[in-house]
Amino acid sequence: MREVYLDYSATTPVKKEVLDAMIPFFTEEYGNPSSLYKKGRYAKAAISDARKKIADLIGATDREIIFTSGGTEADNWAVKGVAYGNKHKGNHIITTKTEHHALLHTCEHLAESGFEITYLDVDQYGMIKLEDLKKAINEKTILVSIIFANNEIGTIQPIKEIGELTKNHGVLFHTDAVQALGNTEINVKDMNIDLLSMSSHKIYGPKGIGALYINKKVKLPNYIHGGAQEYQKRAGTENVPGVIGFGKAAELAKENMEAHIKKLTELRKYFIDKIFEKIDTVSLNGHPDKRLPGNINMTFSYVEGETMLLYLDVQGISASSGSACSSSSFEASHVLKAIGIPLENALSSIRFTVGDFTTKEDLDYVIETIVTIVNKYRKISPYYNTKKG
Amino acid sequence: MFNDKVIEHFMNPHNAGDMDNPDAEGTIGSPVCGDIMQIFLKIEDNIIKDAKFKTFGCGSAIASSSVATDMIKGKTIEEALKVTNKDVIDELGGLPSQKIHCSVLSEQAIKTAIYNYAKKHNLEFEGLKGFDPNFDPHEHHDE
Repeated sequence: MREVYLDYSATTPVKKEVLDAMIPFFTEEYGNPSSLYKKGRYAKAAISDARKKIADLIGATDREIIFTSGGTEADNWAVKGVAYGNKHKGNHIITTKTEHHALLHTCEHLAESGFEITYLDVDQYGMIKLEDLKKAINEKTILVSIIFANNEIGTIQPIKEIGELTKNHGVLFHTDAVQALGNTEINVKDMNIDLLSMSSHKIYGPKGIGALYINKKVKLPNYIHGGAQEYQKRAGTENVPGVIGFGKAAELAKENMEAHIKKLTELRKYFIDKIFEKIDTVSLNGHPDKRLPGNINMTFSYVEGETMLLYLDVQGISASSGSACSSSSFEASHVLKAIGIPLENALSSIRFTVGDFTTKEDLDYVIETIVTIVNKYRKISPYYNTKKG
Repeated sequence: MFNDKVIEHFMNPHNAGDMDNPDAEGTIGSPVCGDIMQIFLKIEDNIIKDAKFKTFGCGSAIASSSVATDMIKGKTIEEALKVTNKDVIDELGGLPSQKIHCSVLSEQAIKTAIYNYAKKHNLEFEGLKGFDPNFDPHEHHDE
C-alpha cells in the first residue's frame, strides 16, 4: 500500500546528509566537549561549527545560540527567564490566544505565581493587530511573546513590525519560531527579536535538540543549573550528535530555503485548488498567502475529523487534527476557536503539512481518498441532511 | 488503537443511511458536543423489522452504530431494549477506554427511538423504566 506522510509540522524525517554527519559522534568521536584532551576538543570544535550554522540561518552571532533539549525548553526558558529576571521591573506579559501549548501553559504557570498575562485576540486569519499590541503594552510590561508562524493554521505574524514596536517601547520580544525556521526568512537583527526558540526535528534534523537565540544585550537567568557548558548559560553535557545533526540540518535549510519554499508553496496551492474543485462546503483555515509554505488546514464540513484521520490512516496517509474525541470533554483546537471557527466546523478540520519528500502523485492519492471519505461519510451524517434541508 | 472488527464496521458500516417512512426515529447528541447519532426503525407486531442509522462522530461511533443496528434487527422491542453498550462493545471485540462513550451513544440512540415510538403510540415498555431522554453520554464514563 502507498504510504503518504503529510504531517511535516509534527516532525520531519532526518535527512541522510544529517544522519551521516551525526554517526561518527556516537561511536568514534564520542568525547565529552568539556574534556581537555583531543577527543574532547574535537567534539567542542564540532559544536562550535554547528552553532555557527544555526546562527547563520537566523542572522545571529555564534555566541547568541544556546542549545536546549528542544523548542519546549527554549520557550520555557525564554518566558520564565524574562519573568523571574525582571520582577523588579514589572509582572506583565503579552502573548496571543494562538500560541503553542509550550508557551500557553508556561504563561498559565506564571499567572499562578502572580504574573499578569494578556492574551491578544487574532482576526479571522489568525493575525494579531499591531494596534491591539500597542494598546496592551503598559509600564509593567516586561515581555511580548508572539509565535512566528502558527503550528496549526500556518499564519505568519508581522514579526518585523512587532519587533519595531517592542523596541520602541523598550520591551523584550520573544518569538517561538519552531515552525517558521527554514520555512520563511528570519533575521533576528532586522526584526529586532531578543529571544527566539528553535527546534531541530522540524527541519529534517534529529529530535531532542533545539536552541534559544538570546540577543547578546539580554540578560537571561539560567534555567538549567549545573556545569559550565554553553557559555555557562545552559548546564549539562552537550547532546553532541544532536547538535551536529541540528547544525547540518540548519546548513541544508539555509542552502535550500528558496527552492524548499517554492516547492512547498506549489504543492500547497495544488492541493487546495484541487480540493475546492472537487468538494463542496470546504474552507481553508488561516491566511491565504501569509502562511507557512507547507501548511494546509481545511474544514470538511459534516465529516468528523477523527473519522477522516482514521480512514486516511487505514489508507496509509498520515495527517492530523487539532482535536481528539476522547471521553467526556470534546475539546476543539484553541487556535480554530480563536479565529472564530464554530465548534462543529473545528471538529471537521484537518491539517495536512507537506514537506521536501512530498510529491504531486502523493497529493493526487490523498485528494482522491479525501473525496471518497467525504462522499461516504457525508451520506451518513445526520448533520449534513439537517443543514441541507 | 482499534481492532480489525471495529475498523471493518467503520469502513463498511452496516445499515447506514436514510429510511423511508420509519416507524420510529431517535436522535442523540449534537454536532457541538462532537457526536450525533440518529436511529430509524421499522416496527411490525412489536418486532424490529429493520434498523438504520446516520452518525456524525468518530470511527468508533460509526462502528458502534453499525453493530448496534445489526444486533436489534429481528428482535422484539423488549429484547432490543435489553441491548446494552457493554453488548455493543463485546460484539465489536472491545473499544479503547476513551471510546466507551461511543457505545453508550448507540444504546441511548436506540432507546430514544423506542421512547419516541412508545410516546407516539401510548405504549409502555418495561425496558424504558428510568430512561432519561435528555441523557448526555458525554457525562458518563462507566460501562
